[in-house]
Amino acid sequence: MSFMKKLKNRFKQDEETEEVSSKYKEGMKKTRNSFSGRINDLIARYRKVDEDFFEELEEVLISADVGVMTVMDLIDELTMEVKRQNIKDTKEVKDVISEKLVEIYYGDDDEHVEELNIQENQLSVILVVGVNGVGKTTSIGKLAHQLKRQGKHVVLAAGDTFRAGAIEQLEVWGERANVDVVKQSAGSDPAAVIFDGIKAAKSRNADVLICDTAGRLQNKVNLMNELSKVKRVIEREVPGAPHEVLLVLDATTGQNALNQAKTFSEATNVSGIVLTKLDGTAKGGIVLAIRNELHIPVKYVGLGEQVEDLQEFNAHAFVYGLFADMLEDE
Amino acid sequence: MAFEGLADRLQSTIKKITGKGKVSEQDVKEMTREVRLALLEADVNFKVVKGLINRIKERAVGQEVMESLTPGQQVIKVVKEELTTLMGGEHSKIAVSDRPPTVIMMVGLQGAGKTTTTGKLANHLRKKHNRSPLLVACDIYRPAAIKQLETLGEQLDMPVFSMGTETSPVDIAGKAIEQAKEQHNDYVIIDTAGRLHVDNELMDELQQIKSVARPDEIFLVVDSMTGQDAVNVAESFNDQLDISGVVLTKLDGDTRGGAALSIKAVTDKPIKFAGMGEKLDELEAFHPERMASRILGMGDVLSLIEKAQTNVDEKQAKQLEEKMRTMSFTFDDFLEQMGQVKNMGPLDDLMAMIPGANKMKGLKNAQLDEKQLVHVEAIIQSMTKKERQEPGIMNASRKKRIAKGSGTSVSQVNRLLKQFEEMKKMMKQMTNIQKGKKGKGMNFPFM
Ligand SMILES: Nc1nc2c(ncn2[C@@H]2O[C@H](COP(=O)(O)OP(=O)(O)O)[C@@H](O)[C@H]2O)c(=O)[nH]1
Ligand SMILES: [Mg+2]
Repeated sequence: MSFMKKLKNRFKQDEETEEVSSKYKEGMKKTRNSFSGRINDLIARYRKVDEDFFEELEEVLISADVGVMTVMDLIDELTMEVKRQNIKDTKEVKDVISEKLVEIYYGDDDEHVEELNIQENQLSVILVVGVNGVGKTTSIGKLAHQLKRQGKHVVLAAGDTFRAGAIEQLEVWGERANVDVVKQSAGSDPAAVIFDGIKAAKSRNADVLICDTAGRLQNKVNLMNELSKVKRVIEREVPGAPHEVLLVLDATTGQNALNQAKTFSEATNVSGIVLTKLDGTAKGGIVLAIRNELHIPVKYVGLGEQVEDLQEFNAHAFVYGLFADMLEDE
Repeated sequence: MAFEGLADRLQSTIKKITGKGKVSEQDVKEMTREVRLALLEADVNFKVVKGLINRIKERAVGQEVMESLTPGQQVIKVVKEELTTLMGGEHSKIAVSDRPPTVIMMVGLQGAGKTTTTGKLANHLRKKHNRSPLLVACDIYRPAAIKQLETLGEQLDMPVFSMGTETSPVDIAGKAIEQAKEQHNDYVIIDTAGRLHVDNELMDELQQIKSVARPDEIFLVVDSMTGQDAVNVAESFNDQLDISGVVLTKLDGDTRGGAALSIKAVTDKPIKFAGMGEKLDELEAFHPERMASRILGMGDVLSLIEKAQTNVDEKQAKQLEEKMRTMSFTFDDFLEQMGQVKNMGPLDDLMAMIPGANKMKGLKNAQLDEKQLVHVEAIIQSMTKKERQEPGIMNASRKKRIAKGSGTSVSQVNRLLKQFEEMKKMMKQMTNIQKGKKGKGMNFPFM
């Protein structure tokens, strides 16, 4: 089956099962509906698969923050593939492009690891980490709301004891999502707060504990050690925990996101990514390289500041989004 | 593999050229290709890169590079010059209004660091300019944003003006300025909510605040890790608000920070300050030159020097600086300096201090450089005392003797001599840049 066919089927299925929620669909609809049309435009403009064609493709992907090397490799592979299959007509190249791009994202990985690892009949602990200002606390609020609506008993732990107002911010989100927040005073030891959170979650028979942490730049060794310590507390107190370590990445971030993913993974063994601020104009293409090199899947995307603005990640729709601009200018 | 510095990137091309003696247009093409990749990897916007590459190419095919004995370094020099020109000079002045209070408005995307920077600026104004600012909480949207500013105000022992989350930010700004007049605050810093540049409603709100508050400065706060989208963000904010300057935050991270270049290119507004940490005194004047090196992955050499200082003998360093400034620096000093570099520990530790140089890569480089270091040392040791003091007397037969004595080639000797001269010039420049700072000059005479 060609990639385009697979994709079509996938969307049909999605629509039937309402798997893709309306919000995400809305955001991606324009792109999706006109995607093949746009590809056709491009193809019409470039009758030949020549240098210009590849140059524009390269620029489109680079402007989406797909890693430079990733793009160069892709273009090289495409050039080879085009030669190998003796493709002269741009019409035939579109499948190859899309296929390669999705291939980069998935690599040899299993396609179905995007779901959150939540245990039944047992406390699941989610640790949320990332650099300053990416949207950790906001995403926690949104996630708590979502889990709560699925009938889970959720508790939040205010592990950011450093930034001014961080505890109060999480408390507001706790109110919005209607879940409990465990806290200590500002400046206390984050590991102690998380320890308290676990104790409270256990005694209240909670299903999920989500731990907020202070933002930190990944090159601050002491702060990264502090984070490892928090994780060790969780490991010690709950067997099998943390069940998820979510790294929050701001889609506006460029190539440094790869460094973030690497270093945070070393410190806390990140299991998934929340890609925030996709409601802006940035594309967050760097997650392609992150998945490819570090095998960390994106699990959620943030699409706004409201409690509802968190959606499960859809790789195919995302890859589409990377291309959206390619023909928008025309 | 990612995040190679420009010097690393150019190394293989340079190697090919060395020994061949002459640089071909093809070589130049390869070098500019590497330059392009280095800039893109540093998050410089691809359109900005295009313009830069065109200018670099023009200069590179000229005599400047092609007829140089050290074409690699010449390319780097040209690139650095172009970048530095584009970055512009230093501008860390803040406006002063004839009719106080002077009003500063902080704008930017969500999570850029506006509130923290508001606190830092206030601290800066008091400490460096003896001012008494009033902080204004106009972020009524993000939960606990007001609380955040109030906490900063407490930490700084400075007044914070807030009216809760029910009053419109436009009214809050207006009332705050009235209060500042009454209570004789000579500066008012308005912290606004983060917003997307494409959010028409909220961008409109900023324009309204602007028309009420009539700010003397509008600072766009941008996260230094921003990628290709930086141009869209900066252009939008600038078009709609006519910003007066930029504050680049989180530069204490390990990002290359190419966004700085993109922002400057599209707005032509100065980047005035750099956020260098989470504490309220970690705001610095922005150094365009340092930024240019950093973007090229050549490290923030000056900061590195400042860090290395602790390991350098104070008296020696002073002498060295004097020599550097007067250009009386000799090969003996060079040797001594190399010894000091070695004393600072393994080169890869130093490399690790360089933003963006990831450890593994640094290790590989360090071995390479250390090998070159041995050659350099051997060459200098084969010089007579007089030659070391006055490299000017060097002639063909002397060079031949030195090459033989050190087990190197005449072209290697030539290269070192040339590098040495260039380095002396650079040192002079560096000591000039550092004037007024306590930093001791120190450079790494190898590449
Ligand atoms: N537009 C938009 N803003 C977001 C999103 N997620 C978070 N934010 C905003 O980004 C800013 C920083 O978020 P916060 O949760 O405090 O980040 P933290 O420091 O990582 O905890 C806040 O102003 C949030 O409202 C998103 O998906 N879209
Ligand atoms: Mg937070």
